[in-house]
Amino acid sequence: MQVAVASGKGGTGKTTVAVNLAHVLAEEGPIQLLDCDVEEPNAHLFLHPTQHEVREVNIRVPAVNRARCTGCGKCVEACAFHAIAVLGEKALVFPELCHGCGSCVRVCPTGALHEEPRRLGIVSRGSAGRIDFVQGKIDVGAALAVPVVKAVKRAAWAGDVILDAPPGTSCPVVATIARCDYVLLVTEPTPFGLNDLKLAIELVREMKIPHGVVLNRAGIGTDDVQEYCYRERIPILLRIPFDRHFAETIAHGRLIVQEFPDWRIEFRHLWERVRRGGRG
Amino acid sequence: MKIAITAQGPTLDSALDPRFGRCQYLILADTLTSDWTAIPNPVLGEPGGAGIAMAQRLAQEKVEALITGNIGPNAARALSASGIPVYIAGGGTARQALADFREGRLAAASGPTVTAHSGM
Repeated sequence: MQVAVASGKGGTGKTTVAVNLAHVLAEEGPIQLLDCDVEEPNAHLFLHPTQHEVREVNIRVPAVNRARCTGCGKCVEACAFHAIAVLGEKALVFPELCHGCGSCVRVCPTGALHEEPRRLGIVSRGSAGRIDFVQGKIDVGAALAVPVVKAVKRAAWAGDVILDAPPGTSCPVVATIARCDYVLLVTEPTPFGLNDLKLAIELVREMKIPHGVVLNRAGIGTDDVQEYCYRERIPILLRIPFDRHFAETIAHGRLIVQEFPDWRIEFRHLWERVRRGGRG
Repeated sequence: MKIAITAQGPTLDSALDPRFGRCQYLILADTLTSDWTAIPNPVLGEPGGAGIAMAQRLAQEKVEALITGNIGPNAARALSASGIPVYIAGGGTARQALADFREGRLAAASGPTVTAHSGM
């Protein structure tokens, strides 16, 4: 099954949950971890994977054959992103704005447009112990994260997969959690955690994906997140206490389940609850 | 000659709008007759490419010069391709900008003056 670890708020502990869960599951069988936070991937800092292969992610953007272009403007009408304009009587392409949909090429009546690849980033694949590790990374200056996220997801195998999502509730998150079997929403018991949890809940409900909460830094702040979850009947599947030793472990780039072996059962139990649909 | 001025309101006495792609209104004025019309920015709410779409509009309107406050890289490239020079005004009303342009007091921009998305 495919389980995404997501969060409306940044810095709640998505990667902490994803890497510890993956590490524990790898003791029992094959598991794959996809780092879909392509703008700032960091799961590798915990897992130190080897790198077997690197692939470029490209979209196809139009290029103009000026001899054939009549300046009719059909391509301009077809483009939803103003990435092509007819100026100086010929079509002019603005590649940074192009989403690579290909509409302009299809509507061009004179065949004046063809597509050329434009690089957006890379997907690398390797392994960390028994974890099959895939990471996407967007190039500096590229604005489109979604095609890179999708390229990471194309590397997913048929077995169990954990997806480390980017923070927030926008397009790259939607692309990450789409078609997942379950979403673990990591939050913290603060007004900020609650506010952004509500946004994330709205998203997973809209997308009709089963979901549950991991409450990180439990013990600080207020009871509002917990009360909200009770009221909304959202299961809290794991509580990670606010503990100096955990903070130090993470600050040193180490895994909770390695430093505190008792916690292996907690993460294994978390997976078991997710597998059972995460209710109750 | 037909020119375009970016403005924050729908009249010649409105303040100049320093943004191009995200200006509130576009005032199209004739430098000889002083006739003018104001059109609300048709692409104000677009998520991206507003400068390019506005440049396209100016080309369709057969505008021969633009007066605005700042110009971004995409709009500069689009306007340059359509052969529409950009004149930079520091502030004041659209009417003052028009008068300054007629007197030759405005300098033409040789390229972008700000980075992309500065007007958002």
